Amino acid sequence: MADMGIGVSVKRREDARFLTGNGTYTDDINRHGQTHAIIVRSPHAHARIKKINQAKAKAMPGVVAIFTGEDMKVGSLPCGWLIKNQDGSNMVEPGHPPIAQGKVRHVGDPVVVVVAETRQQALEAAEAVTVDYEVLPSVSSLKAATKAGAPLVWDEAKGNICYDWALGDKAAVDAAFAGAHKIVKIDLVNNRLIPNAMEPRAAIGDFDKATGDYTLYTTSQNPHVIRLLMGAFVLSIPESKLRVVAPDVGGGFGSKIYHYAEEAIVTWGAGQLKRPIKWTAERSESFMSDAHGRDHVTHAELALDKDGKFLALKAETLANMGAYLSTFATCVPTYLHATLLAGVYTTPAIWCNVKAVFTNTVPVDAYRGAGRPEATFLLERIVDIAAREMKMDPAEIRRKNFIQTSQFPYQTPVALQYDTGNYDATLDMALKMIDYKGFAGRKAAAAAKGKLRGIGVSCYIEACGIAPSAVVGSLGARAGLYECANVRVHPTGSVSIFTGSHSHGQGHETTFAQVVAEKLGIPSEQIEIVHGDTAKVPFGMGTYGSRSIAVGGAALVKALDKIILKGRKIAAHLMEASEKDVEFKDGKFTVAGTDKAKTFGEVALTAYVPHNYPITELEPGLEEQAFYDPLNFTYPSGCYIAEVEIDKDTGTLEIMRFVASDDFGKIINPMIVEGQVHGGIAQGLGQALLESCVYDKDGQLLTGSYNDYCMPRADDFPNFDVQHTDKPTPCTHNPLGVKGCGEAGAIGAPPAVMNAICNALGVVHMDMPATPEKIWRAANAHMARAAE
Amino acid sequence: MYNFEYQKAGSVADAAKAATGEAKIVAGGMTLIPTLKLRLASPSKLVDLGGIKDLVGIKAEGGGVTIGAMTTHAAVANSAEVKKAIPALADLAEGIGDPAVRNRGTIGGSVANNDPAADYPAACVALGATIVTNKRKIAADDFFTGLFETALQEGEIVTSISFPAPEKAAYQKFRNPASRYALVGVFVAKTKAGVRVAVTGAGEGGVFRKKSFEDALSKNFSAAALDGIKVDAKGLNSDIHASADYRAHIISVMAKRAVAAAK
Ligand SMILES: Cc1cc2nc3c(=O)[nH]c(=O)nc-3n(C[C@H](O)[C@H](O)[C@H](O)COP(=O)(O)OP(=O)(O)OC[C@H]3O[C@@H](n4cnc5c(N)ncnc54)[C@H](O)[C@@H]3O)c2cc1C
Repeated sequence: MADMGIGVSVKRREDARFLTGNGTYTDDINRHGQTHAIIVRSPHAHARIKKINQAKAKAMPGVVAIFTGEDMKVGSLPCGWLIKNQDGSNMVEPGHPPIAQGKVRHVGDPVVVVVAETRQQALEAAEAVTVDYEVLPSVSSLKAATKAGAPLVWDEAKGNICYDWALGDKAAVDAAFAGAHKIVKIDLVNNRLIPNAMEPRAAIGDFDKATGDYTLYTTSQNPHVIRLLMGAFVLSIPESKLRVVAPDVGGGFGSKIYHYAEEAIVTWGAGQLKRPIKWTAERSESFMSDAHGRDHVTHAELALDKDGKFLALKAETLANMGAYLSTFATCVPTYLHATLLAGVYTTPAIWCNVKAVFTNTVPVDAYRGAGRPEATFLLERIVDIAAREMKMDPAEIRRKNFIQTSQFPYQTPVALQYDTGNYDATLDMALKMIDYKGFAGRKAAAAAKGKLRGIGVSCYIEACGIAPSAVVGSLGARAGLYECANVRVHPTGSVSIFTGSHSHGQGHETTFAQVVAEKLGIPSEQIEIVHGDTAKVPFGMGTYGSRSIAVGGAALVKALDKIILKGRKIAAHLMEASEKDVEFKDGKFTVAGTDKAKTFGEVALTAYVPHNYPITELEPGLEEQAFYDPLNFTYPSGCYIAEVEIDKDTGTLEIMRFVASDDFGKIINPMIVEGQVHGGIAQGLGQALLESCVYDKDGQLLTGSYNDYCMPRADDFPNFDVQHTDKPTPCTHNPLGVKGCGEAGAIGAPPAVMNAICNALGVVHMDMPATPEKIWRAANAHMARAAE
Repeated sequence: MYNFEYQKAGSVADAAKAATGEAKIVAGGMTLIPTLKLRLASPSKLVDLGGIKDLVGIKAEGGGVTIGAMTTHAAVANSAEVKKAIPALADLAEGIGDPAVRNRGTIGGSVANNDPAADYPAACVALGATIVTNKRKIAADDFFTGLFETALQEGEIVTSISFPAPEKAAYQKFRNPASRYALVGVFVAKTKAGVRVAVTGAGEGGVFRKKSFEDALSKNFSAAALDGIKVDAKGLNSDIHASADYRAHIISVMAKRAVAAAK
């Protein structure tokens, strides 16, 4: 299947339906007798609910029900990862009721749910609900929350600290610092972001009066996880009575991993009313209710010897959790951040302390990259500062400290063991792509036009293919992180694949079909990829952490191998040959040394019409299932280089070139991978240059619309030059040799462009986003220094 | 959105009669419809000017141009008459919003709305335009009275705007990266009567004229003439996008660039 198999840039088969408006998103679904919910949300960052006045609203036309926290006493929206404090005690884990109970803790916290026959009626009635609040003092930033005597978000969390955690060998780090030739330091903020998937969240709860079964349609990256969390922890509905469907989903970037209040509200409410309830977020609601990303304040220090070798790194980070612990919030700054602080370097000793902090803001959780962008930004910035202070070339100081190809498997001092990589290869390639040597000439040419030109290198690594269950279990994860695939071969040889990997923009329907086509040698029209429905797919842990192809794809390969194994037995019987002499290639079973052959379709038909069949040894039918639990993370890595020009008069920045050289191991569909990297880079540059979530000191969200929250647009960027390394290092422990590519761009891009800006301006550091005003101020200071 | 009645007016007189009390005029709807969707306004009725042919079109007159209130930004940007008489005005229209906005939004709607970060108010003031309504003619200097405030009275409808042609003019816009409206926009026009400089986006009270620049440029129409003239940050906006100081600085830069680009 040369036109369709692994390594071919097959066009995305799902795009036909998306581009012609024929996708089916949650809001496109309407159930018979459906009602509509509008959620009245807190206008205050922190307040006691004194009284809810709903009599007027109740009497309004079309109103079916009004629910408050008093009505909906259910379980707490759970947190999926227990983090231990340095002293061994557990983190503070306050409850998270779907509807606020007694107190609200952030602007946007759900207070009242109004259900009516139409959305319009629900809107009218929601406006008629009034709530009397006693406004309480609040904290809306890490700085405010950690000040002595700060107001408490939770009484049980002293100093607003959720946990105080550390990783690494502090004594070894201190010793290395004591003997260091040079110590470089950085204080940085990793700016808070709002994910902004194109499709706002939506949910429909349905209840079947005949069977007592619940169905939730929701905008989720992982329907089985939602079924597990909501069924087991919040609403006490057994899996057998709860179906979760995540149909076409218009982007997630992490923000649709978590179990949200609205999902529980519509499901529970449907059971109460015995009628379906639909809720669809308005964009302004998304801003104040989708989990946000990043939001770290970090101090870090790097110790070097006289040759520029890294001796030790220490980092202290405050990480904002928001007001409640979202599903994966607690593991993001810890096991997805501190464990990446070795980067691609041989730094022998590392210590990282993370204090997670409650604030009166929307919960913060994983957002494209999740912890790894924060780690990469910290590391690649401090390494650049080290180069500057050591008067070394930024590319060379990196190269000097790279883990060498001979050192794999490489055990880092922060828990991870990298299986393979080749960091020189991606660096060399990127340097060539951008013509690094020619930079001085380009800088001089820019200076002649009155522009400041800078170049910035970033070498990233990420831990993907999340994750070995036993490893994460020992670190506090409350779930396994395997994946499941089911392969159903139909009598005529067409195939349905049921995968737990949900696709919400990644193109799985194409990529997974390519894997099947390659393995079974059948044309793509015969392959159907089914995902996103717990009633169809046996099980799944979903899509995040660049895990779909590495874990979901591996499960698929395992299941396909079982199909081939059984097919070979059937073919051996049909061809009266010994099973060991039967080969399977290009969709045909053949007997070595003969011209005997059976097609995959013939074997499938035999399995379902078993007239001539080894019935005593083999069951009829051809359907197999596999679970795959990875042995290790995968470690995509690469090098990004940005070149920028700055207009000194205004501080306006133009990205002149952006090159990416990535090592994703084996690649299934190069075009899709390139698209993923492009999107990731755009998001990464969005963080670096444009995006920033701002709360005022009273916890009001100032960036609550696109007038104020700056999303990147196509004309903000040049065309990115994205290439795959010429010396790929396939993953050594999964059957496809794949590593995952979904987050790389968002991880590698921010430090590349920020390093370029600092290089152009001759400054040590600038916090993101690098707005024209910030750049202008720095450029002015630079010119003032130059004039001295 | 709240429910409202809808009326498509056949003439300006009809529209004026209907647009009283809680009723509101809708032109391109690019500003009004989003406001309704956010339930920030609840007019009883929308009176649509979209069917009134007289309000659409561009006429070259006395060296300048007169533009009907319902003329879209795209029509202005692409008009041969405008490009010939006042190329700066066509450039300005080309820089408003995105293609969808330019093909729906109208010049009448823009000036009637008087968003403090909108572009047209700067052109009107700098070029000394006259805003023509169904009742009277209003000089641009008297028309824009404050944030989203104009001299329009109840039932008064903008029908056209007349722009006298300058000797030279240019508009320079420094976009707000998020909204792409003007963070600072400076329109410089050299006319027989002297130089006029109007600034949008920056002022707490909306569009304003920069007298010190006008005086300097009337004496010497060159970017260098503005060197050393300090722009006071007092009275300028300061928000999450830019401080008043920065806006003050950008006013100077944009003004100089406009002078250099004037044609
Ligand atoms: C995404 C986006 C980006 C934009 N970017 C820019 C930008 O960069 N620069 C910029 O200047 N503008 C920008 N705008 C605003 C745009 O130019 C609008 O079209 C304009 O402000 C209003 O024109 P309209 O015809 O759409 O008016 P409408 O929205 O229909 O009406 C606006 C107001 O004016 C009143 N009105 C309309 N016509 C008349 C009339 N003839 N007489 C009296 N009252 C009237 C209405 O009652 C209403 O109160 C943007 C808008 C959007 C949605």
